Amino acid sequence: MSEKKSVPAVEGWFEMDAKSPHLLGTRCKSCGTYFFPKETTFCRNPGCEGVEFQEVPLSRTGTLWSFTSNAYAPPAPYVSPDPFVPYLIAAVELAPEKMVVLGQVTPGVAITDLHAGMTMELVLDTLFEDEENRHVVWKWKPAATA
Amino acid sequence: MTGQVAILGVGMHPWGKWGRNFVEYGVKAARDALTDAGVAWKDVEYVAGGDTIRNGYPGYVAGATFAQALGWTGARVASCYGACASGAQAIDMARVQILAGTCDVALVVGADTTPKGFFAPTGGGDRKQDPDWLRFRVLGATNPVYFGLYARRRMEMYGATESDFARVKVKNARHGLNNPNARYRKEVTEEEVLASPIVSDPLRLLEICATSDGGAALVLTSMEFARKHASKFVTIAGVSTVTPRFPNTVIEMPNFATDSAASVPAPDLRFRDSIAASAYAQAGIGAQDVNVAEVYDLSSALELDWYENIGLCKPGDAEKLLRDGVTTVGGRVPVNPSGGLSCFGEAIPAQAIAQVCELTWQLRGRAKGRQIEGARVGVAVNQGLFGHGSAVVVKA
Repeated sequence: MSEKKSVPAVEGWFEMDAKSPHLLGTRCKSCGTYFFPKETTFCRNPGCEGVEFQEVPLSRTGTLWSFTSNAYAPPAPYVSPDPFVPYLIAAVELAPEKMVVLGQVTPGVAITDLHAGMTMELVLDTLFEDEENRHVVWKWKPAATA
Repeated sequence: MTGQVAILGVGMHPWGKWGRNFVEYGVKAARDALTDAGVAWKDVEYVAGGDTIRNGYPGYVAGATFAQALGWTGARVASCYGACASGAQAIDMARVQILAGTCDVALVVGADTTPKGFFAPTGGGDRKQDPDWLRFRVLGATNPVYFGLYARRRMEMYGATESDFARVKVKNARHGLNNPNARYRKEVTEEEVLASPIVSDPLRLLEICATSDGGAALVLTSMEFARKHASKFVTIAGVSTVTPRFPNTVIEMPNFATDSAASVPAPDLRFRDSIAASAYAQAGIGAQDVNVAEVYDLSSALELDWYENIGLCKPGDAEKLLRDGVTTVGGRVPVNPSGGLSCFGEAIPAQAIAQVCELTWQLRGRAKGRQIEGARVGVAVNQGLFGHGSAVVVKA
């Protein structure tokens, strides 16, 4: 298992930096609107005709907007371990970007550990493994209290 | 205000898990609607079909599929897809043709045959540009996951409880008991709901709508045609097919993130609040005029959101409205007298049409076993993923 190569489950959506990962979005050079996943062609602000975008790392922390669980194996293309392992999903509000981003919650967190408004932190974790690779994705984790 | 069209006939094929061709359900519903209207199929000039995306090519050209199955007559056809809002879009296409004067008699049909279990992305293969494929692959975010996020948000914001959500299910199960078209006709207790397994916390199996087979149809006509053919009829006074305004700051299926409000502030009227508002404006009414509502209870908790979105109460007051019995048959504004999705399960392209069938029966005074006395104005509302709003105002 340790010999497996870590690859992003989706290419270009986040930095493969295990210590301090960021989601990668874009920002319209004309109006400053953020996009995740990246918008790279035409700005989606209807009042902006921008066509140039800067790739930007998004905030690593945010406040929990809401959260839930998934108790049953989703259909393909989700790659489920056998037996299926339930997980939590968090919706986290990033203050500077003024947007809410979804992500699974790291294993080991109980739903009773979560409440709206708490600070969540972005980490990288395994989404699934196949013969050769460990497919990595971003997840949300309650931020370590200072 | 916009012009009105008449609902001369309504028809449904009962919801269930029949496993047969969706065309059969649509044709049965259409024939019933034509009989109800007293209109011959050969007199229909325009057919609007709500598409199904899980039944191959015939599903993508639903208008033509139903026209062929009813027997080619040369009628014009159109087909449309707007996810759960497909039915309302089909209604709107037919309404606009009538109001534009290109026809007097139109038939609207939607029907579906659904697979078992969770809705999965359609199309097959690796589709890394398709957010509906990606959300399953990367997040494992099923539809109930999004419903769970909304439900938990109500608990965190307003102190809603699991008991409140369960009571929505109890109410709707009771409403649907006597509805011959409902799939589930069984009373449940709050305890039974709360004993069913969690699917997406806090939502339980009995609180999440199933996927169903079913069909629904309407015969819509010009007011002039209707006056010649019937002494009394109900009308469509407004149809909303609005999309969100940028930035949409509420997370929606199948997205990974909301729009960013960094450069433009969120609009005063949020998307879900704008859906019924547009139909009310067309009809020249307000929420206070509504006597009955059919809302899209994909989950028990989502019904409570709709109370606020369609203006029945202020944000945070929906639980009180429910507990006070206001939204139960016999209350001031009954919601989902049909039993709602809770008793039907969802047959996507048929569902918005089925909502209008129920309102029509209610306003005609013919909703046996669930009748709301003296109902004069009804609203049906729903939302399809990828930004489809849908609302229909029906008047006696």
